[in-house]
Amino acid sequence: MAVRAQFEGNNEIGVFSKLTNAYCLVAIGGSENFYSIFEGELGETIPVVHASIAGCRIIGRLTVGNRNGLLVPNTTTDQELQHIRNSLPDSVKVQRVEERLSALGNVIACNDYVALVHPDLDRETEEIIADVLKVEVFRQTVAGNVLVGSYSTFSNQGGLVHPKTSIADQDELSSLLQVPLVAGTVNRGSDVIGGGLVVNDWVAFCGLDTTSTEVSVVESVFKLGDNQPTQIQTDMRDALLDSLT
Amino acid sequence: MQALSEDVLTSTSTILCCLCSAQIEPNPSNMCVACLTTQVDITEGIPKQGVLYFCRGCERYLQPPSSWITAHLESRELLSLCLKKLKGLTKVNLVDAGFIWTEPHSQRIKVKLSVQKEVVNGAILQQVFVVEFTINGQFCEDCHRVEAKDYWRALVQVRQKTDHKKTFYFLEQLILKHRAHTKTNNIKNTDGGLNFYYVNRDDARKMTDFLTSHVPSRYQMTKQLISHDIHSNKYQYKFTFSVEIIPVCKDDVVCLPKKLATSKGNINPLCICYSVSQLIHLIDPFTLQIAEISGTNYWHDQFLSLTTPKSLAEFMIMQIEIVADKDKPHVEPISKKHVLADVWVARMSDISSNDQQYYTRTHLGHLLNEGDTVLGFDFNNANINNQQFEKIRQDRVPDVIIVKKVYDRSARNKKRKWKLKRMAEGIETASEERDYTAFLEDLEEDQDYRQNVNIYVDRNKLAVDTDDTDDEGVPQISLQEMLDDLHISEDATGDEGAAMME
Repeated sequence: MAVRAQFEGNNEIGVFSKLTNAYCLVAIGGSENFYSIFEGELGETIPVVHASIAGCRIIGRLTVGNRNGLLVPNTTTDQELQHIRNSLPDSVKVQRVEERLSALGNVIACNDYVALVHPDLDRETEEIIADVLKVEVFRQTVAGNVLVGSYSTFSNQGGLVHPKTSIADQDELSSLLQVPLVAGTVNRGSDVIGGGLVVNDWVAFCGLDTTSTEVSVVESVFKLGDNQPTQIQTDMRDALLDSLT
Repeated sequence: MQALSEDVLTSTSTILCCLCSAQIEPNPSNMCVACLTTQVDITEGIPKQGVLYFCRGCERYLQPPSSWITAHLESRELLSLCLKKLKGLTKVNLVDAGFIWTEPHSQRIKVKLSVQKEVVNGAILQQVFVVEFTINGQFCEDCHRVEAKDYWRALVQVRQKTDHKKTFYFLEQLILKHRAHTKTNNIKNTDGGLNFYYVNRDDARKMTDFLTSHVPSRYQMTKQLISHDIHSNKYQYKFTFSVEIIPVCKDDVVCLPKKLATSKGNINPLCICYSVSQLIHLIDPFTLQIAEISGTNYWHDQFLSLTTPKSLAEFMIMQIEIVADKDKPHVEPISKKHVLADVWVARMSDISSNDQQYYTRTHLGHLLNEGDTVLGFDFNNANINNQQFEKIRQDRVPDVIIVKKVYDRSARNKKRKWKLKRMAEGIETASEERDYTAFLEDLEEDQDYRQNVNIYVDRNKLAVDTDDTDDEGVPQISLQEMLDDLHISEDATGDEGAAMME
C-alpha cells in the first residue's frame, strides 16, 4: 500500500519524515495534515512521533535508523534527544553521532540488515552504525552519486534506486542487500528517491506528484498491497498451467 | 521531435516513463518523448501565422517599419524577412528553417522551422513546426505616389531670358553626353526653359550642380511645405531649384558696364561675345582684345545683349584689307585665332537702291573675302534701350559691328552628314526649327563648342554622296569627329528618357 502525501505544499516528504519498521518520525509542521496521514496509516501498529533535530524540520535528511536503532547528528539538542528517547520503544537504541557529514539521512541508506554508506564516512561512525543499527555496512555509490541516502531507498522487501543506475550496479547492490532492486523515479520523474519516498515493510509514502505508474512500480518492488501473488496463488497457477499444457 | 539526453550511458537500465509506463532510457526528465511533448510545448509564444505585406506595383515586400525589399519566392531574403516577423524566436534556439512549397498564386508562404529549447532538468527538446504567412497587398509609398500622379519631390527649373533656345539645345547635348538625366522622372518644356522633375532632393541638387558647373548660372532653392506630422516632427516638402542661365549667348553684341570694362584691361565696352563656356568670352572687334568674365563676375555687374539673332542685318563685304601688324593697336591680351581687318560693307537691302557703304573693322579677317555676306549690327538703324550704352559717347559708337559670316543655309543643310541625339523627337514650330539649325551651324563653325557634344554619323545622308563641292568655304565636321551610332535600341537616349517626356 503506497500513500501520497505532501508536507506544506512540498512533495519531498522523505525530507520531513523518517519511517522504519518500529517507529515513524514526522516533522513539526504548521498543520497536522501531514502527521494525520502517517497517523492514519500507522497509528495502530507503531508510534508516530513529532520530532525536530537542532530545531530543524528536515529530520528525514538528518537522521538514519531502522528497527534496531536511530542515529542523530551531534547538533541534536539534549531536549530533542530526550523527547525522542521517551517516545520510541525501549528496544530502539538512540545514539548521537559525532560525524562531519552531519546529514546522516543523505549519506546512509539502510534496512534492518544492511546499510550503504557514503565512501568518505568516518570509520568510527561506521562502527557505530554497525553496533547501533545491527547492520552490515558497505561503502557504496548509487549511479555515481555518493549521497546514497538521497538517491536510493530500500526496505527488507526490495529497493528503488536512481534511474541512471546501470544494470551492473543494480546487480552488485542487489547482491549486497539481498533484496531485489529497481531503477525508477518518484514525484513525476524526480530522481531524488530518498527525498520523495519513505518506506517500511508494509507501507510506503510518496510525494503527491507521484504518478500512478511510479506508485505501481513502488508497490511492486516493495511488495506492498494486495496485488502481490501469494504462495497459494502461485502454486495454483503453476498447476493450472501444467494441466492446460 | 526527439529528446537529446545530455550524457548517454550505454549500460543503463530502462525505466518506466513516469506518465505512460513505457520502457525508456532514463533521461533528465524521466519521461518518454511523447509524454514530454504533452507536458511542454517549446513553440509556445511563437506565432504560427503571420502577415507579409507585398507591393504589387514594384513587387517588393515591406520590411518593417518602413523599408521595402525585393525578394523572390523561396529566397534567402524572404526567409530572413519571415523570421524577423516571428517575435518569440529569441527565446528558443533556431536550428533550421526552410520553405515548404506553396502555389505562387495562393498568397501563402509556409516556413518550416526546427527549434531547440532546454526544458525540465536540462533536457533539450527539438521541435519542428510550420508557420504560415499570408501575403497581403499594400502599395508602397513610391508606387502610391506614382499612382496618385504625385511622384516628384524636387524640381529643377532652368531658365534663360533670351528669345531663342540654342542654349537649351546645347544643354540637351551636354546632358545626353554625361547621362545626367538618368534619375529624372520627367522633363517638361516650358515657356522660357526646361523643368526637370526628381523623386528626391539630392538628385535635383546633383542636376543643379551639373548645370552650374557647365554654364555660367546661378540658382536659388525654395521649398514648399506639403504636409507635416506634429507627432513625429516630420515635414514633407517639395523643393524647387531655380537655375538662371546668363542671358548672354554666342554672337551677341554687348555693352559692358564701365567698371567691368575697366577691370578687364580697359576693354572697349562694345564687345562681341564669341563663345560661352564656363566663362563668357568677349572680343573687341576693333582691337582683337579679349576678356573672360566668370559667372560670379557677371552676376556682380550684369549686362544684357544689345542684339538678338533677329535684329542682325545682312551686309555684303565690298572691300577688305587685313590690318598690318605695325598698325595694330597696342592692347593686351589679344586673340591669336582671329585676324583684324578693315572692311567696307553695304547693306544687302540697300544694294539695289543706293551705294551707301560703311567702314568698320572686324575680327573675322581670316574668314572674309570681298563679296561674302555677313551678319552685322547696324547701330544707325537700331533702337537700343540699354543704360550702359547710353553712357558711351556717340562718336565712339561705330556704324556697324560685324558678328559672323553667313553661308548658304540650304546648301549647308544638304551637306550635313551628321546628326545629334535628341531626348525627344519633335521640332514643333518654325522658330524652333530655325534655332535648332542655328545651333547645328554653330557646332560646325566652332570646334571648341562641339567638344562637349556627341556627334553621330548620319548614315542616310552619307550614302548620298554629294559631288558638287562648289562651297569649299563652308565649315564642316570631319568624319573623324563623328561617332558611329549603335542601333541596339531604336532610341539611343535610353527608353526612360524618351518615355518620360510628355
